[in-house]
Amino acid sequence: MRLFKCRVPIAAPCSITKMVKSFRVLYLLLRLLAAAAALSAAIVMATSHDSTTLLGITLEAKFQYNPAFEFLVIANGIGFCYSLIALFIPSSLLSRLVIMFDVIIAMLLTAAIAAAGAMAQLGKNGNTHAGWLPVCDQVPNFCDHAMGAMICALVGVVTYLLIVLYDVHMLLSPKLLP
Amino acid sequence: MADENGKQTEMESRPWHQTVTLLLVSLRLAALVATSTAAGLMAFNKETKTVTVAVVGTNPILQSFTAAFQQTPAFVYFVLANAIASLYNLLVMLLRPCLKNRGRQVLVHLLDMVVFALVVTGAAAAASMAELGKNGNKYARWNPICDRFEAFCIRGGVALVAAFIGAVLLLLMNALSVVGLTCKNVTSNNN
Repeated sequence: MRLFKCRVPIAAPCSITKMVKSFRVLYLLLRLLAAAAALSAAIVMATSHDSTTLLGITLEAKFQYNPAFEFLVIANGIGFCYSLIALFIPSSLLSRLVIMFDVIIAMLLTAAIAAAGAMAQLGKNGNTHAGWLPVCDQVPNFCDHAMGAMICALVGVVTYLLIVLYDVHMLLSPKLLP
Repeated sequence: MADENGKQTEMESRPWHQTVTLLLVSLRLAALVATSTAAGLMAFNKETKTVTVAVVGTNPILQSFTAAFQQTPAFVYFVLANAIASLYNLLVMLLRPCLKNRGRQVLVHLLDMVVFALVVTGAAAAASMAELGKNGNKYARWNPICDRFEAFCIRGGVALVAAFIGAVLLLLMNALSVVGLTCKNVTSNNN
């Protein structure tokens, strides 16, 4: 197709310069950090569990009881798998596909943390107009776990933002594109 | 326009490049319509219901319950994010003649990504709140509200759909502008 056949003038010599090498190392480190953050967010949220007994009624809090937290776990799992796969892809023809998928996965992670953030704010403060009481006083362990998971997911989102910025930079200066 | 890569390259890429530019403008217009619809619908989303809570003698005591978007921070963020996105798209479309510089086009592309992230997060937060309002959460003892405030829920749902459509359009626009930026290397070096 016409899209990928643009003839771009290559000014750099054939051997990879030092700057390009250090950029590659930085890029790999960013991907590792993103994978680690996504995995830790998924695991911390998946292991959050707390229960309390109030007036004979057991109030239990698990991440499965809330669709937004389920989405957070699943999205970070997908982000972790994709980060690992992108680390081991031979950087040749699939570079542009990886760049497109980077943007998609970054947006998936941001959406997950936005939804989980909305739920967490509701759980902490409640909503008097809808008659929804806050639950964090009754299940403080669950709320702390969820907060830790969201912090890890936020680190993953920021790392993916840096990866996307690096991708845009790579696209605009073709010398860096392998 | 001076070109250092040979005339035939320029003429080969020019009609394709024009298609990309036309597509970008139309996608931006569609995204503007979608995000402004979402922001406007949610901003004017309010429903009041008056019920009789007690009867004293022959006089009924009425109490009114209101559902408005300001009561939920997620919906407030939704309105703000979509308003910012629609204003940004309007500004970029109005300032198109000033943005022929390549540096400025890169800036517009980066701001496009920021605005896309805004719209996506706003839609995600509002969607989680909307799901809770429709289905409730029996484990947390949160009752659904959509059975009582139907018009509020329907309007909110339509606004949410419009925001998701706007988000998809913004994603397509991002991908297309990346393509437009990379292949611009061939046609115009110093524009």
